[in-house]
Amino acid sequence: MIPPSFDYHAPDNLEEASRLLLANPEAKLLAGGHSLIPMMRFRLAEPAALVDLRKIPGLSGIREEGGSLCIGAMTRESELEKSDLVQSRYPLLADTTRVIADPVVRNLATVGGNVAHADPGNDHPATMLAYGASFVASGPSGQRTIAASDFFTGPFSTCLEDGEILTEIRVPEAGPGSGGAYQKFERKVGDYAVAAVAVQVQLDGGRIAGAGVALTNVGLTAIQAGAAEAALVGSDGGDAALDAAAQAAAAAADPTDDHRGSADYKRAVVRVLTHRAASSALARAREAS
Amino acid sequence: MSSHQISVTINGEEHTREVEARLLLVHFIREEVGLTGTHIGCDTTSCGACTVLLNGVPAKSCTVFAVAADGAEVTTVEGLGNGGLHPVQQGFTEKHGLQCGFCTPGMMLTSKALLEENPDPSEEEIRWGISGNLCRCTGYVNIVKAVQRASELMKENSDG
Repeated sequence: MIPPSFDYHAPDNLEEASRLLLANPEAKLLAGGHSLIPMMRFRLAEPAALVDLRKIPGLSGIREEGGSLCIGAMTRESELEKSDLVQSRYPLLADTTRVIADPVVRNLATVGGNVAHADPGNDHPATMLAYGASFVASGPSGQRTIAASDFFTGPFSTCLEDGEILTEIRVPEAGPGSGGAYQKFERKVGDYAVAAVAVQVQLDGGRIAGAGVALTNVGLTAIQAGAAEAALVGSDGGDAALDAAAQAAAAAADPTDDHRGSADYKRAVVRVLTHRAASSALARAREAS
Repeated sequence: MSSHQISVTINGEEHTREVEARLLLVHFIREEVGLTGTHIGCDTTSCGACTVLLNGVPAKSCTVFAVAADGAEVTTVEGLGNGGLHPVQQGFTEKHGLQCGFCTPGMMLTSKALLEENPDPSEEEIRWGISGNLCRCTGYVNIVKAVQRASELMKENSDG
């Protein structure tokens, strides 16, 4: 399948990339291309122009700075997988990246692309909601930081303005007593989730002081399950609290019937996965205490 | 619609062409350069038949625009052996790591990169490593044995 024709630009700085986006309202950004190019081959996307980010320096890398884990938007998924920092201190992120597509795809697919493409089936959006992450965007009117909870506005839609480019993802720095887990149920390697659940917890003296719970592919966007978070916070993380959180997460899910299962089935999957993810997150948080 | 002059080094040889922006790397390799060992399977970024090494890293060449590979180094199955058989090719030969052979070029390139990063992988690590490459014959048992044999051959070569 041959994609439709387009004009290709590969600017070497962000200002020029923004200018090209504004000058070509039908343009799309090209990062790793592993969502966009398949959509173009199916003619689900027919951008008049592509603005490739590959030549812009400074858009990839993983570092801790100023209380955050900063991930450049062009960082490849495989770099997260190979990062000792991510593997040792950010288990929710490590879990997530490992189940995105397959190992060959992860060599080129980018973290920023997974977030900004905003496919409700993508895995990073829920993880970023559970972390309480924020996103740095650069555009014609300068740079701004956007909370993950404000970012996803609909399927394949974000609050990014015309000409704005996601440049960095900031995850709150892991401290003592923090831990997380991502549980994904997929039909086969490389598929989108039937459902998936991200849980991040912060322990304080044996009780849960903070919790993030978010769901993948059971709604029009990734869903932050506030009631599930409330069921965990203040509890000792015992079975009763986990059951309550799992029930609340299932109630927050808004799935539809499709080839991956009925809505009722997916809600049941969310309930089970929330219990498992919370249990694993708590075990990891206790280890990190 | 834009066209661009690009240079891509494939198996050590530089190829310069004027290409349409929408030309995919796999079509550049097969149709412009004439190296048909890189196969097109699913065309949906799923099967990995079109896997090549792009700057040393396995990549699905049906999901890269040729213009975005300007300046890159590509290795295809034709460049795997250097005159003779690469240990991965030797392993696939000895252990019957193929039935129809369609997935084999991509499978071998992914295996080469896997073994360079992890010279002595467990069976689980091999199965994980090749999980982006699908064998329609479901011949995974022998593919795993072939990769294990390649691992032995590569160790023998480096010891010798």
